[in-house]
Amino acid sequence: MKLLFHLAYKNLVGAGLRTWLNVGILSFVYIIIVFYNGFVDGLSRQGTRNSIEWEIGNGELLNNKYDPYNAFTLLDGHGILPADKEKNLVPVLIRQATIYPQGRMVSILIKGIETNQTILKIPTQLFTSSTAKIPALIGKQMAASTNLKAGDEIMLRWRDKNGTFDAANITIAGIFDTQVATIDIGQIWIPIKKLRQMTDLNQHTTLFIAVNDYVNENISGWNFKSQYDLLSNIRGLIRVEKVGDYIIYLLLLAIAMLAIFDTQVLSIFRRQREIGTYISLGMTRAQVAKLFTIEGCMYSLFATVIGAVFGTPLFIYFAHAGIGTPSMQGLAIPIANIVYPVYGVVAIVSTIVLVVVPATIVSFLPARKISQMNPVDALKGKVQ
Amino acid sequence: MKFTFILLLILGFLLQANYPDPISVLTKVDANMTSGTRISESTMVIHGKRNDREVTSKGYTQGNEKAFTEYLSPEREKGTKMLKLENRLWIYSPSTDRTIQLSGHMLRQSVMGSDLSYEDVMDTRKLAEVYNAKVTGEETIDGRKVWVLNLVAKVEDATYDKRKQWIDQERFVVLKEELFAKSGQLLKKLVSSDVARIENRWYPKKTNYKDVLKDGKGTDFIVSSIQFDAVIPDYVFSKASLKE
Repeated sequence: MKLLFHLAYKNLVGAGLRTWLNVGILSFVYIIIVFYNGFVDGLSRQGTRNSIEWEIGNGELLNNKYDPYNAFTLLDGHGILPADKEKNLVPVLIRQATIYPQGRMVSILIKGIETNQTILKIPTQLFTSSTAKIPALIGKQMAASTNLKAGDEIMLRWRDKNGTFDAANITIAGIFDTQVATIDIGQIWIPIKKLRQMTDLNQHTTLFIAVNDYVNENISGWNFKSQYDLLSNIRGLIRVEKVGDYIIYLLLLAIAMLAIFDTQVLSIFRRQREIGTYISLGMTRAQVAKLFTIEGCMYSLFATVIGAVFGTPLFIYFAHAGIGTPSMQGLAIPIANIVYPVYGVVAIVSTIVLVVVPATIVSFLPARKISQMNPVDALKGKVQ
Repeated sequence: MKFTFILLLILGFLLQANYPDPISVLTKVDANMTSGTRISESTMVIHGKRNDREVTSKGYTQGNEKAFTEYLSPEREKGTKMLKLENRLWIYSPSTDRTIQLSGHMLRQSVMGSDLSYEDVMDTRKLAEVYNAKVTGEETIDGRKVWVLNLVAKVEDATYDKRKQWIDQERFVVLKEELFAKSGQLLKKLVSSDVARIENRWYPKKTNYKDVLKDGKGTDFIVSSIQFDAVIPDYVFSKASLKE
């Protein structure tokens, strides 16, 4: 076996450009696959972390009349949770309202949140430091779309619980920078105490955000959604993204495998005398076929090394500098505008397997022909 | 000093006494404006920043609970129909051949980008039932003497907590109105004109609605024909009529 490997190595190195062209293509495939995998894993990890830190905490306890995907439920989707059940929960009340930036009418969601909460990264401590009658926080994307900046006052119009209009100026106490569009675009955050006063919905809450120590009990009128449930959107997106990526991998692999297959077919055709010599010197036909298979497999092993040499610095650079994705801003999925790829050992090993196994198979297929060769004719170089 | 104060008080009382009973004024306004049923054709002129849009429609209403509107023009809106039953609203779009339901807060959204909300168009509750009123003075608008009334909601679910109305002293038509939020913030202004005699009542054929918080010249609501207490078959207020 050692001899076969030795021979295969010598043959490949001796083949020169033909070998390095195949190795080059394969190493390119390696780099692309590992890079894409890392990018998608980076997306997934960042999206998950952002969601947890900015929006969902350790899960959400929703009023059962409220459906986050149905705006119709906002009007009645709120209720009072017994005080003894509110432990380790941060209340959020959501109402619809209208603002008038630069004389335009913009429909928004107004969200009331506890001033002293720490589970979410929304800087609610700015409410306490503000002297405004109604201090408000908005996200960077909301600020850009409404042309608002910290300290600006803007007219807010809303309805109380009976549907009667009310209006007052609110003051932008701060602007936060988040990639989670679902807490940013079209939304204004104010202290929940204030929102409850404004709407006459004392003690009412639309949803609670669970703090890490929260233990879910089945509470009538409320539905608990765990962190895992709430992250299903991101998982779904990543699943779809990965399916698309697999198609690209498949195409790239198919091109690389075609190159190896062609090389092998040509080798067996052109190296008939060499095959005849091996058999004359005592190698069995199976051993010769094995030699050619090892040669094919060795392309992928060379490519692994070459890919590692060229790819590693590239991967390290992107893992630190990140990849800009400005067009993804504003999506409902919290994707950062700079994605830092994550390269896992499992992903790298599975990529190596993904390339080595097909390379071995496509090398073996033409090598099977050797077992049907007549050694005398092969020595004479007769086409078989 | 004491004498002057008493004189002023008596004078004030006498002047006050010249004002009519506000509820009777509102009742007369209601008599002009409300009816059991109504069939009307109207044009909405929505004044935009760059250009104006005109939307014509034919509407059928029965009390405060039922309303049916069919849009006649422009071509893009033609055939669009709206049905309101209590606090639910269905909109049928002929381009998609689909009916969608709006409810609750969606009724408070603007109609076709105008300064009117669906509620503004469809809320036909009598003023005297919803508001306490006080006559606070008299003025002249376009040569017509008007009473100035301040209205404060007496029910919890009034859309506007306060209103100020300028009511024609002879015809009992609201010629001008300001609508306020609970906080006292002015929200909308209405100016009515082209008051015409229709079936023994005075009715303003043109009203400009202006959301004062928004830029622009507001929306003109022009009634080209109107029939009060007409017989409207029940099927008009059914979902089946949306697709007819």
